[in-house]
Formats: sequence, C-alpha cells, structure tokens
Amino acid sequence: MRSVLAIAQYEIQIGVRNRWVVLASVILFVFALLLVLLGSAPSGATKADGLSVVVASLSTLTVYLVPLIALLLSYDAIAGEIDRGTLQLTLACPVSRGEVLLGKFLGHLVVLAIAILIGYGVAGAIGFYFGENTDTTGLVDLGRLIATSIALGGTFIAIGYVASASVRQTGTAAALAVAIWLFAVVLYDLALLGALLVNPEGAFAKTIFPYLLLANPADAFRLFNLTTLDAGVPTGLAAGSSGLPISTHLAILSPFIWMIAGLAVSSLILRRVQP
Amino acid sequence: MKMILDTSGVSKNFKSVEALRDVSISIAPGERVALLGHNGAGKTTLLRIVLGFLRMDEGTVEINGHAPGSAAARRLVSYLPESVAFPKMLTGREIVSYYAKLKGVAKDEVMPTLEKVDLVDAADRRCGTYSKGMRQRLGLAQALVGQPQLLLLDEPTTGLDPVSRQRFYTLLSDIADKGTAVLLSSHGLSELEAKTDRVAILRDGRLVADAPLPELQLAAKLPIRIRIQSTTEDVEQVHNRFGGKRINGAAVEFVCAQPEKMERLSAISELGGAVTDVDVSSPSLDEVYRYFSLRDEQKGADK
Ligand SMILES: Nc1ncnc2c1ncn2[C@@H]1O[C@H](COP(=O)(O)OP(=O)(O)OP(=O)(O)O)[C@@H](O)[C@H]1O
Ligand SMILES: [Mg+2]
Repeated sequence: MRSVLAIAQYEIQIGVRNRWVVLASVILFVFALLLVLLGSAPSGATKADGLSVVVASLSTLTVYLVPLIALLLSYDAIAGEIDRGTLQLTLACPVSRGEVLLGKFLGHLVVLAIAILIGYGVAGAIGFYFGENTDTTGLVDLGRLIATSIALGGTFIAIGYVASASVRQTGTAAALAVAIWLFAVVLYDLALLGALLVNPEGAFAKTIFPYLLLANPADAFRLFNLTTLDAGVPTGLAAGSSGLPISTHLAILSPFIWMIAGLAVSSLILRRVQP
Repeated sequence: MKMILDTSGVSKNFKSVEALRDVSISIAPGERVALLGHNGAGKTTLLRIVLGFLRMDEGTVEINGHAPGSAAARRLVSYLPESVAFPKMLTGREIVSYYAKLKGVAKDEVMPTLEKVDLVDAADRRCGTYSKGMRQRLGLAQALVGQPQLLLLDEPTTGLDPVSRQRFYTLLSDIADKGTAVLLSSHGLSELEAKTDRVAILRDGRLVADAPLPELQLAAKLPIRIRIQSTTEDVEQVHNRFGGKRINGAAVEFVCAQPEKMERLSAISELGGAVTDVDVSSPSLDEVYRYFSLRDEQKGADK
C-alpha cells in the first residue's frame, strides 16, 4: 500500500509540475463558462432551476471532453515508461505490477479530479451567483455532475491503460487512444442514431437500443445525469430510456463496470510486458 | 562462501539470434566484476535475465538463493539501465526520494546518496536541465539508495568525464568494501582502469573469460614489444643480434614472448655501449581485451 501511495503521489507531482492540471482545468473551465453564459440567457419558458439547466448541457460537454482528457493522461502511462526506460527502474524495486497500475490510476484520477473540480466548480459558482432562479437543487445537481464526471474520467483512464500496455511505442498508444475516443463518444452515437432513424418504431428501438445505450459508459453517464436532473429540465435524450429494463439511476453502474474491467485487463496485459 | 549471484548454464535466444549460450558466472558479496563484450555480445540481456525481466530458455539464476524477479530478490538488487530518461520537470531530489520510497528506504538517506554522486548542488534543480553526465549520476544515485546487496550497472561510466569516472570507481570500492557485490558492464578493459576484482568477457553470447585482470594478461600470451635505441654505427650489429625491424636508422624494435623477456633484456645489457636506451612495452589492456573479445577470423583481419 505504501508503494501504491508513493506512485500515486509521484504521478500527481508530475501532473502538477508539467502543467497538466492547469491546462485541463482551464480547458474545462472555458467550455463550462461558455455553457453557463449561454444557459443563463433568460428563457422564461422553463421553471427549472437555472443551474440545473446548465448542468444538463455540462453533462453533454463531459461526454466529449472528459474521456479525451482522461485518455491523453493515461495513454503514455506504460508505453511511455517503457520508451524512456523508467519502467525497468520501477519494476526493479520490490513493487508488484498490480501496485504500479493501481498507484498510477489513483494519481491520474486525482489529477483529473482536481481539473474537473476547478473547471466545473468555478464555472458553476459563477452560474450560481450571477444566474437567475438558482437554488440549492442546482448545486446538488452540479455536485452530482462533478462526482460522476470524475468517475467517467476514471473509466477512460483505465481504458487508456489497456491501450498503453498493449503496445511498446508511445506513438502507437496515442493513436490507439484517439481511436478509442472517436469510437466511444462519436461513432458509437452516430451509429445508434442512424439505426434509430432508419426504423424509429421497430424492435431495435424498443429492445436493443436501451441496452446499447447502457453498454457505452459515456452514454450511460449522460443518461444517468439527464434523467436524474429535476424533471422540469427539458432534455431530449431521456425519452430514449423509456424501454430500459432497469431504473435509470442504475445506469451509472456502467462506467464503474468498465473501469473495473479496464483495470483488470490492463493489469493482466501488464503482467506479460517486458520492461 | 555463499554467492550473492549464481548463474549456471544460462542460454537465451531471440528468434534466430543466440543472445546467450551456456553462461555460468558467480559473484560473492563485496566482489566487483566487470562484464565486457562487443556490441550485441549479450551483456544487457544477461542483466535483464538476472532482474527477472526476461525469461531464460535454459539454465538457472539465483540471487542469494531467490528466483530472479521475486520480491525477495528485488529487495537485494538495484539496477541502472543503459539509457533512462527521468521526468524532466522533477528535481533530482524528488526522483531519488521516489525510488527510495519504492525500496522502503528512509527519507534521510536521499541527500547522502546525492552527495555520493556529487549532485547536492543540483539536487533542487529540474533534471531536464542536467548535463548528460549529471543525468548518468542521477541514475546511479537511484541505484545506490538503500544499500542494495547486488548492484547491476549497465554501462555506468558512459558520459562521465575522467574526473567523474575516477570518483565513480572510488565510490564503487567504498560500496564493495561494505559488502555490496557489483556487476557492471562496459565496452573495454581500458575504460575500467583495472578497478575491478574480476573481468568476465562475453563474445557472441558465450563467456570466454572470467578471471582477475593479471591472470587474463598472462593467459592471453601476448608478445612484449622491445625497442632498442642504438647509434648509427652500432645499429646494424644490434639488428643482426635480435632481428625485428629497424626504425629511424638508429633504433630496432622486436617482439618476444613473456617468458623470454628477462633473457632478452640481459642480452641487451651485454651489448654495453651499443645500446643507449631500451623501451619495454607490455601488451595494453586494449590488446588483451581484443584478444578475448574478437573472433579468430577478426583477429587475423585486423593485423
Ligand atoms: N528484445 C529483443 N528482441 C530481439 N533481439 C534482441 C532483443 N534484445 C536483445 N536482442 C539481441 O540479443 C543480442 C544481445 O543484445 P544485448 O543488448 O544483450 O547486447 P549488449 O552486449 O548489451 O550490447 P551493447 O554493448 O551494444 O549494449 C543482440 O544481437 C540483440 O540484437
Ligand atoms: Mg547493452
């Protein structure tokens, strides 16, 4: 356990020192602030909490941005250390490979969590103080969004490790990470949408579609956040969940299952890696 | 005496490349052994097998009785790879502290270790600003922290200037005196400056020598070169007596085998005034190394 913490602390140190934390925080803050400013334009039509409206659009932002940041943080973790020769040093010390992976995961998760907390937290606070019709429900929604965004980030950090442990070159790992992002958050949704458009009332839309939505951690994340929001917020995607066999609150399990699977698979691959 | 490292009959193939063939070598606590060999001789491969990073095809390796790569073995071993790039934004002190933590070493050993490699002044500077030699010494500090029982150093002196290299070998003797065994790889005998207890030489994956340096010098049976400075009048007589070749009109140079050396020297002194000076040169370390490390056909081609 002591080694796990040492490795986590080292990763945080590196993340802070090479400005990763600052850069990610600024990116998240700028985009979030943009949505806050757009969302607080007086609409009049809804009675929903002003901040909750912002949270709805933030959760869509998270789906694109957080997996990308998480993958950029993690693709280098193993392939890069093989490249630079530092994995040999770490593994020459009395630490197990599982501990190395876990330590890196904790460290990267903290780096990402700090960035999300700062980026969304500050933007949310601005929205809360300057927005109209804001209440504590909005704050609760924001808190839930931040917590689940960190979880979604952890999922893609773990998936990034699978890419990083599978190849020996950082460049290849980076390409793999981008491909994963493109597939999981862009192509997957486009394919689902296309299938829905072709046959909006068929068996696919009613039975398979909800499961496919749950199977993708990013979609499941969005589903959870949107359906959990105060019912007054009009969200488009919630309708798709009507055929779900389980309560939409359980959708949040999907990212966690993927996270555990990602960690398990990458630690299995790491066992065979020659540093 | 119980050996800290014991390898016997180690063989390793990479597809068609035979990297190691039946290598047996043992190191006692406190012993300094140099592992020499040409590029691709298998030095790094042997070290990586001892660390448990590579699996050997045949043979056994024990580190104080433990299997390579086991937690017990790793507690005893420290490693400095051929090339390593530390995170540029971290300071030397942060990096050594990290490895100290992984090895379970107390924090207050970090600065003394940095002092050993002469990095105290640079300890709080980012290692991205270090020179090549400083980075090499940082790698060394990382390996030294925590008093390992077996140090595996892959080309530790590359990039070090003569003064740093001197300090490195002094440091090595101090460490060995405290009982740490050292196995270090290098490219030539002259680089070692005869600072190790034993020299092992790999050639194409085979161990072709494993003995103290003086023994190797004897075993190589390389000829000794004798140059006699004479006068223009007497040079002809000297040349007739010893043969060899004439140089600059007044000198004669010839070679003789080690056992004949004293006999030749007394013959030279008998010549009296015909000889003004004598220069005897034993085979250089490089020549001894070349004798062992080059294949027979290469030896012929080089002459
Ligand atoms: N992972 C690998 N895959 C394939 N071949 C390898 C691998 N590692 C080493 N080899 C081969 O094994 C042989 C020994 O390599 P090794 O790195 O041990 O040499 P070395 O003695 O350390 O050389 P150098 O002085 O250049 O560092 C070489 O022919 C090399 O090409
Ligand atoms: Mg080598």
